[in-house]
Amino acid sequence: MNRELPRYARPPPGAQPPYLHRDYGSTVKRAPSRALLPLQQTLSEITGPRFRAEPELIDLTRQGKGEALGQRIIVAGRLVEEGGRPVRRTLVELWQCNAAGRYLHGKDEHDAPLDPNFTGLGRAMTNDQGEYRFLTIQPGAYPWRNTYNAWRPAHIHFSVFGPAFASRLVTQMYFPGDPLLPLDPIYNSVPDEAARRRLVSAYDPDLSKAEYALGYRFDVVLRGRESTPFEGAR
Amino acid sequence: MSRDGATPSQTVGPYFRLGLDRPEWSDLTRDGPRGEKIVVEGRVLDGDGSPVDDAVLEIWQADADGRYDHPDDGRPADERFHGFGRAMTDEAGRYRFVTIRPGRVPGQGGAPQAPHINLTIFARGLLKQLVTRIYFADEPSNDGDPVLAGIGDPAARRTLLADRQDAGAVYRFDVVLQGKGETAFFDV
Repeated sequence: MNRELPRYARPPPGAQPPYLHRDYGSTVKRAPSRALLPLQQTLSEITGPRFRAEPELIDLTRQGKGEALGQRIIVAGRLVEEGGRPVRRTLVELWQCNAAGRYLHGKDEHDAPLDPNFTGLGRAMTNDQGEYRFLTIQPGAYPWRNTYNAWRPAHIHFSVFGPAFASRLVTQMYFPGDPLLPLDPIYNSVPDEAARRRLVSAYDPDLSKAEYALGYRFDVVLRGRESTPFEGAR
Repeated sequence: MSRDGATPSQTVGPYFRLGLDRPEWSDLTRDGPRGEKIVVEGRVLDGDGSPVDDAVLEIWQADADGRYDHPDDGRPADERFHGFGRAMTDEAGRYRFVTIRPGRVPGQGGAPQAPHINLTIFARGLLKQLVTRIYFADEPSNDGDPVLAGIGDPAARRTLLADRQDAGAVYRFDVVLQGKGETAFFDV
């Protein structure tokens, strides 16, 4: 095979979090102690899973017998590669706590009420323009034991697949103006401020639905293909 | 050029099971693919040697003929094999995949690589995924594999080899995140 294969660009310094970030205590025993080994991308890295028709769960406000409690929000955006190419027909998974800041999860011991009508699980396929859209509930902030009296800013977890194994991304979407953001070690693990701000959604009045729900736009940008692949330069 | 760079990674946190739990995805042989059916199992351990009970592992691999089900491969892959799997660790840090032994995949310049499974690990405390490769200790072509050959430290190279267990086609591959026996992870 002598075809030229695409190659996925490496992130600039500071654009991704490190493994060891002492302010986030769970990294201390889980971050590798040795530097990552360089790997020349091969077919193994530049290919990745494709998804056919996955069952969608795009309305998180009506998964129970009644309506979920809390402020309804529309969360929508585009999934693109760096350079702007849309990632079509791919899987977007999300999960979040409820309006009171409680996850429907056995490990969550926060003393806040569960909502019998809210699971916090969403799943969508992007369309041909790379767009996705969910209707959900504004998640609450919640305490965690990283340090005394620490609170996570409101966030929604996102898991997305790009075109390749190398472009897999799991991240969190935050909300504009949240006073907890400057205090959050997970958000602030990303050294570069401009990169960090890409984790914050934007309030979008055009996305809001009158008399019904607020709209937040969250575009996700995945590692792009280098425009001029070349062999052996390193 | 887009005015924005890539979106940064953030940890999956402790509650990912809510959104990512797809138990059926740990069996890649659901559609009856060609090839030798195998089990790949092991544990995920932290820097204290304690089990990591909240990790998500994803695998991506070629079919029995070494072809990926993806347009950039360009060769038709087994229609009954799609190459992607996901499993979560239990309270003892154990995970388990049922899959097939992959064939050899072309590497740089078209030279074949030894059979391998690409592995990604997400967990609470991992701000971004870790990536490694599972090779098979009983595979003769490992000696000629450029990725394995590029790892200078024999102990680090050894961490990438899954050992065949006595009972059936079961391969054992432990992931040590940190410290003694630390798995070799790649910057892809």
